[in-house]
Amino acid sequence: MRINVNDKDYTVVVDGNPSLLEVLREQLDLTGTKYGCGEAACGACKVLINGTPTPACITPATVAQSKKVVTIEGLEKEGKLHPVQEVLMEEDVFQCSYCAPGMIITAVALMEKQEALSDSEIVEGMNGNICRCCTYPQIVSALSKLTQKAKAG
Amino acid sequence: MKNERIKQKGEQLSERKLPGKGLSRRSFFKYMGAGIATYFVWTDYLASGVLPKSEGDLLAPDQLSSWIHLSETGQITVFTGKVEVGQNIRTSLTQVVAEELFLPVSSITLVMGDTHRTPYDRGTYGSLTTPQMAPILRKAAANLREILLEQARKEWKIEEVSLTMDQGMVQHPKNGKKLSYGDLAKGKTLLQQMDDNVPTIEPTNWKIAGTSVPKVNGREFITGKHRYVSDMVLPGMLYGKVLRPPVQGSKLRAVKTERAESMAGVQLVREGDFIGVVAQNTRTAAMALASIEADWDSSPQVSRAQLFDHLLSSAEKGNPVSSQVTKAFDESTHKIQHDFEVQYIAHVPLEPRAGLAQWTGNQLEVWTGTQRPFGVQEELERTFDLPGEQIRVYMPDTGSGYGGKHTGEAGIEAARLSKATGKPVKVNWTREEEFKWAYFRPAGLIKVKAAVKGQGIVSWEFHNYNSGGAGIDLPYLGTNKHQEYHRSDTPLRQGSYRALASTANIFAIESTVNDLARKIEADPLQFRLDNLDNDRLEAVINAAAGDFDWNRAKAGPNHGFGMACGAVKGGFVATFAEISVDRESRELKIIKAITAFECGAIINPRHLESQVTGCVLQGLGGALFESVDFKDGDISNAFLSSYRVPRFKDVPDMKVILLDRKDLPSSGAGEAPIVCIAPAIRNAIDDAVGVKINRLPMLPSGIVPEG
Repeated sequence: MRINVNDKDYTVVVDGNPSLLEVLREQLDLTGTKYGCGEAACGACKVLINGTPTPACITPATVAQSKKVVTIEGLEKEGKLHPVQEVLMEEDVFQCSYCAPGMIITAVALMEKQEALSDSEIVEGMNGNICRCCTYPQIVSALSKLTQKAKAG
Repeated sequence: MKNERIKQKGEQLSERKLPGKGLSRRSFFKYMGAGIATYFVWTDYLASGVLPKSEGDLLAPDQLSSWIHLSETGQITVFTGKVEVGQNIRTSLTQVVAEELFLPVSSITLVMGDTHRTPYDRGTYGSLTTPQMAPILRKAAANLREILLEQARKEWKIEEVSLTMDQGMVQHPKNGKKLSYGDLAKGKTLLQQMDDNVPTIEPTNWKIAGTSVPKVNGREFITGKHRYVSDMVLPGMLYGKVLRPPVQGSKLRAVKTERAESMAGVQLVREGDFIGVVAQNTRTAAMALASIEADWDSSPQVSRAQLFDHLLSSAEKGNPVSSQVTKAFDESTHKIQHDFEVQYIAHVPLEPRAGLAQWTGNQLEVWTGTQRPFGVQEELERTFDLPGEQIRVYMPDTGSGYGGKHTGEAGIEAARLSKATGKPVKVNWTREEEFKWAYFRPAGLIKVKAAVKGQGIVSWEFHNYNSGGAGIDLPYLGTNKHQEYHRSDTPLRQGSYRALASTANIFAIESTVNDLARKIEADPLQFRLDNLDNDRLEAVINAAAGDFDWNRAKAGPNHGFGMACGAVKGGFVATFAEISVDRESRELKIIKAITAFECGAIINPRHLESQVTGCVLQGLGGALFESVDFKDGDISNAFLSSYRVPRFKDVPDMKVILLDRKDLPSSGAGEAPIVCIAPAIRNAIDDAVGVKINRLPMLPSGIVPEG
């Protein structure tokens, strides 16, 4: 099966109906997308499929056929971080950072839909993602800074 | 011994073997590259008084403890057995080294938790890195700085002492000439033992330590490039799965593995009751595992419904309680008797256990996410009956632990499967496996009897069954105390967790003391201050109370204020909470939570604030809703959809106040701040609606019970 990930075309094996998470991690060696729970309850495995944040752990890889998948590895363009990555770096929010890829993917989709978000809209939009180190306030504050910029700009 | 070592200072070591490590100076530099290095040994640790003697006794006195190496290109490499699990010590330790060497943090690399390259370390736990490893690394770096200055003086043939250093350069005092550290290290193979008396830079003069240096390898994580063990791949690597019993306490009776063995690309491994499969990918391994038909004999297991009766009835007999304690209680008019019940909770590290193993002849390499890489090495020694030198354990920065990764299960399983198949094997545990087969924070039953006379505690009898003795000491003045931890039979596998039993004990202490104050109609804040003799604890209480504005009027009926304080592992914490209970629904709302924390001189304010915030919020889960449900050996909520952890929406309006005591040594912060949020909320609920909730979690359904 052909699959497009981060603007590159790949051929992958889908015998036995593997999850998109397994195909990304084990066939394409894109290990930035994480396993956290296997039941779409923690958000660690979120990727964008045609722009929609999707838990890759419960999504069969075949769902992504002829669609565009973006993973954490695809956000950096020519050495330049995505603004969401940039603000999370600047604000230095993470501890163990295992949740970071899923958090970033979710935030990217959230902010692409609507740039000027209130804090409660950020909380609502991010609630499916777990950070077990509980850096939630720092994440909200960093994303809030980004939306302030968007509002000002 | 000490004198002998002092004599060696300033001399190049002879070709004799380096202490404890079996490395000669020549092989050290062959391995490290030429340059200058300082090292210290465990006796330096003991001499500096940061390590309990008992711990030191376990090691050879001349065992190498850590070292710092400067290469000919000016790169500094620090070797420490401590590991990074998200507490950001890679950054804080880099900062203290950078500070002493007048270097940017980018010039320094830490090699951590690699049993062949870093010196032995018992483990990264107990909030010990900052009080133990950081001061030693500061001294080693300061030592290296002194060596560099000495080399510069030799180079310029001057006696001048006031050379300046900046950004990796030593400057001549008169002619403006500069020498880089790399230049000074060129062609040298200079290795010195640390001088314990070397001066270090005072915290009041810190320029790099004491500032919010960002996570040193932060970009790797934010771009998804960092390889956690669960992400690692070796050439020819296979994915492994291990057969688990359906419930705890099961024994394998019969097993049919033919279907798994006949599957293409699947190899079955059986060694006694250990059965595993390996395959080219996780899916095939999982299908092969599912095709195994196993019959198990079960054995009777204690279920959650009998938990607290069981902990009490299986407890070891304790010490007799003195008649003075019971007499003072019996004679008092103001007294309280409480039983506190604390449930098992799970660490839920977002990265479940993972291990990767590779055999090359009889040499074993294991990569695993653990807080004790040297402990895992020992487990592997026992499993395979191999000497430690043949086993190398690596610990790449890991997806958190919280005390839950002291063991090496996944690494050992990977090593067994790898040995049997002759290929590198990776075993990534599923979330369900992590819930069912790791270990939990202990459950506990705490029985307290306390009495107050006038404004003071006159009887205090405190028994902790099973959860542990940490934090059991009453921090308040008082007479007639009996405090005891009783070991019990634990139905579930239990182990370390952030702050250990301090969370349970301080919940019981701070709830009881609050109730004593209310019993005599004293202000709970004033009662505590009147009965404390601990400046550091009083300082955090006062800081939080001031910000909270404790004496203000409450916003309405069913609103309550509560507080708690505690001193844990060199950290001092106070949390104040404002809550309301909805009159109709009885739902709890946390309106505000303010935590003040002090742990000596702050090394990284932003990361410290993050640790304190994370502790308070993780503590909120155990305070309100987290608990492990189990029946007949089965963990009934072994999924993230059924075991609730705090999420974005659970975060209350909160504030962290950090007190920076540059006059006091820095201590750790990953544990202490977790202990006060539960009792602060419990006391606020009592204040609001007069209901005393003496269990953790307090509100699994979110509803405050009627009084």
